[in-house]
Amino acid sequence: MTLLLLLAILDGLAYAALVFMVAVGLTLVFGVLRVLNIAHGSFFAIGAYVAATLGTAAAATAAAPALALPVLLLAAVLVGGALGPVVEKLLLSRIYVKDHVLQLLVTFALFMVLEDVQKLIWGVQPIFQDAAVKALGPVEVGDIVYTRYQLFLLPGVAAVTLIGLMWFLRRTLTGRVIVAVTHDREAATAMGIDAQRVYLLTFTFGTMLAALGGALASPTTSLVPGIGVNMIVLSFAVVATAGLGQIEGAALTALLIGLGRSVAVYFAPEFEVVIPYIIMVVVLLVRPYGIFGSPELRRV
Amino acid sequence: MRLTRRAALSAAAATLAVPTILPRNAIAQQRPSELRLGISTFLSGPSSVFGVPGRNAADLLIEQLNASGGIGGVPIRSVVIDEAPGVDFLLGECRRLAQNEGVDVMLASISSGSCLAVAPLAEQLRLPTILWDCGTQRIFEENSFRYAVRTQANAVPEIVAPLLYLLRARPEFSTLAVVNQDYAWGRDSWAIWKGAMDAIKPGVRVVAELFPRFGATDFSTEITRLQALRPDVIFSTSWGGELDTFIRQAAERRLFERSTFVLPLAESSLERVGKTLPPGVIVGARGDHWFLHPTARDTELLKNFTEAYRRRFNLYPIYPTFHMAQALYGLKAGYEKAIAANGGRWPSREQLMDTMRGLEFRHLTGTMKIRDDGQGLEPMLVGVTRHVDSYPFPVLDQMILYPPELVMNPTGTKGVEWVRLLTPAAVRRAPAPIAWRA
Repeated sequence: MTLLLLLAILDGLAYAALVFMVAVGLTLVFGVLRVLNIAHGSFFAIGAYVAATLGTAAAATAAAPALALPVLLLAAVLVGGALGPVVEKLLLSRIYVKDHVLQLLVTFALFMVLEDVQKLIWGVQPIFQDAAVKALGPVEVGDIVYTRYQLFLLPGVAAVTLIGLMWFLRRTLTGRVIVAVTHDREAATAMGIDAQRVYLLTFTFGTMLAALGGALASPTTSLVPGIGVNMIVLSFAVVATAGLGQIEGAALTALLIGLGRSVAVYFAPEFEVVIPYIIMVVVLLVRPYGIFGSPELRRV
Repeated sequence: MRLTRRAALSAAAATLAVPTILPRNAIAQQRPSELRLGISTFLSGPSSVFGVPGRNAADLLIEQLNASGGIGGVPIRSVVIDEAPGVDFLLGECRRLAQNEGVDVMLASISSGSCLAVAPLAEQLRLPTILWDCGTQRIFEENSFRYAVRTQANAVPEIVAPLLYLLRARPEFSTLAVVNQDYAWGRDSWAIWKGAMDAIKPGVRVVAELFPRFGATDFSTEITRLQALRPDVIFSTSWGGELDTFIRQAAERRLFERSTFVLPLAESSLERVGKTLPPGVIVGARGDHWFLHPTARDTELLKNFTEAYRRRFNLYPIYPTFHMAQALYGLKAGYEKAIAANGGRWPSREQLMDTMRGLEFRHLTGTMKIRDDGQGLEPMLVGVTRHVDSYPFPVLDQMILYPPELVMNPTGTKGVEWVRLLTPAAVRRAPAPIAWRA
């Protein structure tokens, strides 16, 4: 029983790490821009596809094992850097003052367009590139074989992202400027802060986080049309449970969902699919603003 | 009777109006200028991994058929619709194709839910419909349709054949785990397997029944659980990207070293997963087809198709391409037989559908017969993976072609009830395996 629980925790940590990487970008963007971005799922998918493409190209070179991990980060930077500013400037900046329903519709439309773009570029056949997993190799816990990628790298990157993000927002000037705009855009603007620039920066960073989530997921899964849909639905559950705009809450919720799901697989497999949503309903019944949410203005 | 000018004008007007008023089928005996073929398949979403190869096969074969004179001298024009948005959308599209586009025949669909809805609609519209890929056995077990036939087998033989293969190859197994997708196919295929297994080999302990979410991208937890449980056999009817992911993750974590895998749909994943899939895995092909089919691989028909398909799409054909080919070859054979029976005149829809029942026709890898209830009968190809130098992915070895009379329930019976009557004799009645040859 103890061993089973340990195994469930290890599996849950890896899954939670991936979910957190996507949800944190979504919650950051909402916290600052107040836009619920459905196209976030597309950035996840495109990040995964670009990482797989770069990984395949790198695998053909002599330095393949050494490049397996850096290409994941490179994919996130490329996708975030290319798509984030374009989408923010051309689309989102025009709808900040519009109704939330319209914002949802616009980002949903973008999501649909990007889904078709993925099919145009990468087709519909599953794509798999697991060089990063192979580069790190397997490790045994008892007589259970895990991959180092799953057991160490994913939770490690998630932890670094969480700590780094909290440090950035609380200890750096740019981070504090973002928090200031989040608290009160008018007051921050009156004090000379360029809110538009903060929005652009935050959205680009959020896009990068989504793409990094996809890039990190790509070595462990087959990339097929629709992977963005699955992830965005789960991310919304995480963000709603955590409280919109709550980064620490997203981490805690992702952990709850990851552990809940893996414990369910071990002890009640029928509940695996519904566990994230059971957690969400229970939390929202008790705390309608989410675990860390509150009716106050602070969102980051 | 005197012919007045008014009567003559009325008769002329009525004659001119008839073709536009009457439905197309009422004047179907006239040879049309083209045969309009509606095709529903998945063009988007995860199931497009099957839907697009099916569409590709249709494009290629229709071109080839038209180049050789079409069907009965009539060229084919296809209209393809996406079944991904759901059943209601599909039904609307089928109505539109029948009533606005003047489609003569419909080829539907991949999803069993789609076929269960389209077959009754075909009756309403009196639209000849060939069910080209969907697997549920319920369609012709629970209803009788005049305007629908299926040019492939169904879920019962597709699951019973791999079970018989396992019982022959590894009769001593005593524990089993299932990892199926959590939707109708995953649940139904497990019910068929469990019913048949309990009948033929009672006492097998099912140590885990895992049904990950449809569209799942991670099976790490399930794999850890399976490693801890160490079942003798792991059975999975998953497909597409999910099966690929399951295979890759299981291989990375050495699960194949601990259990015998039975994967009835893995023929469609062989090229994609490559040699990540180790030797010794029992693989099915959803019918009597594979591009290296043991008895048909040297025929010009199969070789030419495989080469043309590969040249155009840079992939080897997988089972949906063969299912589409079976539908088109069946349609051609049905029309040609109906035309011959009709004295060389173009048949009505009813004549066509009456001819389709009992029809026997050749396709890329063998011969298929359509039963009186509309259900197609074909052997089931099952083999075990083997690594060879000539292909960068596993090939099938020790292949058995299970005849339909051994693995398909007879007309008038229900598959899930029939499998409970199977006995160990079914394992012994299987034909001899055919070894891989380079």
